[in-house]
Amino acid sequence: MKTIVPFGPQHPVLPEPIHLNLEVENEIVTGAIPAIGYVHRGLEKLCEIRDFNQMIQVCERVCGICSAIHAQCYCQCIEEMMGVEVPDRARYLRTIWGELHRMHSHLLWLGLFADSFGFESLFMQCWKIREKVMDIMEATTGNRVVISVNIVGGVRRNLDPEQIRWVLSELKFVEEGVKSVEAALLEDYTVKRRLKGKGVLTKEDALLLGAAGPTLRGSNVAQDMRQLGYAAYGEIGFEPVVEPDGDSYSRNKVRFRETLQSIELVRRAIDKLPEGDISVKVKGRPEGEVYHRVEQPRGECVYYLRGNGSKNLERLRIRTPTFANIPPLLTMLPGSELADVPVLILSIDPCVSCTER
Amino acid sequence: MNNVSDITLDALVAEVLKKKNDGWRFVTLSCTELDEESCDILYHFDKDLASSHFRLKAPKATPIPSISSVYFSAFLVENEIQDQFNLKFDGLAVDFERTLLLDEEVTTTPFCRYGVSRANQ
Repeated sequence: MKTIVPFGPQHPVLPEPIHLNLEVENEIVTGAIPAIGYVHRGLEKLCEIRDFNQMIQVCERVCGICSAIHAQCYCQCIEEMMGVEVPDRARYLRTIWGELHRMHSHLLWLGLFADSFGFESLFMQCWKIREKVMDIMEATTGNRVVISVNIVGGVRRNLDPEQIRWVLSELKFVEEGVKSVEAALLEDYTVKRRLKGKGVLTKEDALLLGAAGPTLRGSNVAQDMRQLGYAAYGEIGFEPVVEPDGDSYSRNKVRFRETLQSIELVRRAIDKLPEGDISVKVKGRPEGEVYHRVEQPRGECVYYLRGNGSKNLERLRIRTPTFANIPPLLTMLPGSELADVPVLILSIDPCVSCTER
Repeated sequence: MNNVSDITLDALVAEVLKKKNDGWRFVTLSCTELDEESCDILYHFDKDLASSHFRLKAPKATPIPSISSVYFSAFLVENEIQDQFNLKFDGLAVDFERTLLLDEEVTTTPFCRYGVSRANQ
């Protein structure tokens, strides 16, 4: 007999509200219909009353967890529209803070994911490691999450040699911490039983359904927007992390490996950090249209901007990675046991405030 | 923006199907209101990190064929555009009837500068 089981919007594993109507037959999910709209803020509309510089602060607040990368993408769009050449040092600094954001986002998720399958000590351990990353951001920018370093034309903060030495020494602790949880996250018998073969998304489905980020790369698709070479990624050597199986375990492993990769990318960016200015003065107003993509911790983020030469943009459109990962989630759920649904939902690392803007 | 080609309502679904058969991944749609009568909709696609776009000038009064029969994932953004711009997509795989992001009692279309309301339909 078919039953409709409402899941969410409030649920112990969900940090943000999303609702799913699950069609269930004998504890097996046969279909799912999503319902969103609980935290829609209409942020895109603000571009009509806030000028293009003020909109940086708005974009940072689309999502706290990846605020720096939202601001970076927006600034890169405006710079492309206005033909602004950003100083090399600013491009590298953007890369460093972007990767620190990826690290803390992945560590936050690894903890929440562990909590979703009942591994509370692992949750606490991941968040303890994450605190080190937050300390680095606070010490280098003055803020822990919404770090507000990006401006049109570069960045507003610099790193001095002493800070760089300190960041590198702190990253050693982060790296050791991440490696210390590897066995529990990837080798533990119970964890494997909860994740292996669960919520399989094939490579073909991932591409067809427009999956993004670790959800896409966990299905054996080597696609990461950092391959486009924006900021300093074209100069520090970057290869996407890919796992072949398409299940929850693969998505978990991609994020774990990407955390270590981010530490390495920060080191490379620091190693090659050029001397010079961190910003250029920008004159004029944005005109024309631009389409730009960056890789956020959750995946490909798309910005489309249209300007008419006034201080306000005509249109700001943001497609966040979770928005792209909802249709793949609807494909993963049918066939799974009801008890696995929370883990499957968390496996796409949903960010609902991002999705609804 | 490079690689943008204009498309008409009649040819939309067939051209999108061609994209799919050529191995392009659907990314999203971007809608902008042009004037009281029409909107500009961009269809974004990706293939091995290359981007391609279709531009559709959509009259507000005419229903637009949904491409969710070709790319299922398009249903979400098409519903969002229905909410925000008061456009109508025909043949949506899942139609939230303008309640994806908005509450049922909301009668205005927030992204239309000209203040089209549902009551005018």
